[in-house]
Amino acid sequence: MKPEELRYAKTHEWIHLPPGDQVAVVGLSKFAVEALTDLVHIELPEVGREVTAGEPLGEVESVKAVSDLYSPVDGRIVEVNEALVNSLDLLGKDPFGDGWLVKIEVAAPSALDTLLDYAAYQKQVAEESEE
Amino acid sequence: MTKPLRTPLYDWHVAHGAQMVDFAGWSMPVKYTGIIEEHQATRAGVGIADISHMGRLRFEGPGAAVFLAELLTRRVGDMELNQVRYSLVTNYEGGILDDVLAGYYRNEYGQPFYVVVVNAANRQKVVDWVHAHLTPERAGRPQHEVIFTDVTHLWAMFAIQGPRAVELLQPLVDVDLKWMRYYRGAQVRILHPSARRQGGIISRTGYSGEDGFELSVGAEIAPAVWKAIFELGEPLGLVPTGIGARDTLRLEAGMPLYSHELSEQIDPFQAGLGFACHLVGYDFPGRDALLDLQQQPPRATRVGIELAGRRIARQGCLILAGEEPIGHVTSGTFSPTLQKPIAMGYVDPSCAQVGTQLLIDIRGRHEPAQVVPLPFYQRKKGKSP
Repeated sequence: MKPEELRYAKTHEWIHLPPGDQVAVVGLSKFAVEALTDLVHIELPEVGREVTAGEPLGEVESVKAVSDLYSPVDGRIVEVNEALVNSLDLLGKDPFGDGWLVKIEVAAPSALDTLLDYAAYQKQVAEESEE
Repeated sequence: MTKPLRTPLYDWHVAHGAQMVDFAGWSMPVKYTGIIEEHQATRAGVGIADISHMGRLRFEGPGAAVFLAELLTRRVGDMELNQVRYSLVTNYEGGILDDVLAGYYRNEYGQPFYVVVVNAANRQKVVDWVHAHLTPERAGRPQHEVIFTDVTHLWAMFAIQGPRAVELLQPLVDVDLKWMRYYRGAQVRILHPSARRQGGIISRTGYSGEDGFELSVGAEIAPAVWKAIFELGEPLGLVPTGIGARDTLRLEAGMPLYSHELSEQIDPFQAGLGFACHLVGYDFPGRDALLDLQQQPPRATRVGIELAGRRIARQGCLILAGEEPIGHVTSGTFSPTLQKPIAMGYVDPSCAQVGTQLLIDIRGRHEPAQVVPLPFYQRKKGKSP
């Protein structure tokens, strides 16, 4: 997936919803993955779980700290990336592809419009890097 | 907030891609490439860490030995020349103010001096404690004078740790490192033009559970000496290591860290540091309290903990036996050597036996864990003397 075509939550998750589709792919941005180096464990939700925009859907653990993974939208988990649980390095190698986290059946596709586009997300990243 | 202090190696760290963090008032590298990578390089070969943030307090003069004996929990007067000893500083209640390394050396005129290495976060506290006890009258007592200097900013300090540390450093110093015993040190000449004929202090000490050394050199020559070590280290696979790996290394080695396992609310016996308290002989602050505490029934005890799952128990996590809270976690991480989460914490003495099954509340979920022996990792002892 091309980073330029994705939508982003302020909490660094990306989401991709193909036009006309109900099921979106959700992942973690490269910026966030790089900031989290030394990942050792990830917890993803059960399939079927209802998720809410801005609420945790899982956690990712690095040597130094644990971070919540937030759902960018309301919806229901329809698939989780089992391959990722077994080889967490996929997240670092290909955060916008094989390192995806979950697939969510989106309650309201229009909700994606409220998320950041690539340019806005880049701006946020630049600001965070300043700190 | 005041601007964090910088070690003489600050520019080097930044130029070499370190992620810098504010640590105990200093801007320090948490990692360069990755904590796990740096950790494993130290275990397998050799790593170097800038530990110039550690406080270095120098005591000299004819009264220095007695003054320190009346300050530290462990004897000083019977130390051999060039010996280093782990000790504590306690308050009058027996609580731990700091844990320190005291080294005994002689200057070029044959006069003894002591270097006490204190935690960065505790430096001001210990300096204030020293001043409170080293009154001008005490410092100037005829024939028992004590000269106290905080030399932290004058000296840089490097930790060179790993099985190849001897091989790496031998060409740089004029003492035979192979025969230097553990917890012994020496004043050395740095055999490199960049050191401009200056000397340093090297000791076979560390905080990693590996063989290794800590080297102190003057702040002015520190960047050049650091670079010289890298020239020597390149064929050996030397890597720079940050405070992230320093933490995982010491945790695997079961070594306590101040503000985690140690605090003013913890006494040495609970922490498993009774060996560092000599309660007969010199009177030091806290000695009477410690004599008393020694007779008390056991209190919460420091233990090692291994988790069954993959989630990491962090400082502050509650430890339970069944439903009942019986302690809390003081440090936790993922052990790169064991490839599983490990932790240290304080538990009720009834739950401190190795093999005791526990639960740890990690963000609301109770994860199974058990008490295991400390340390988690012990190096295979070579033929080092």
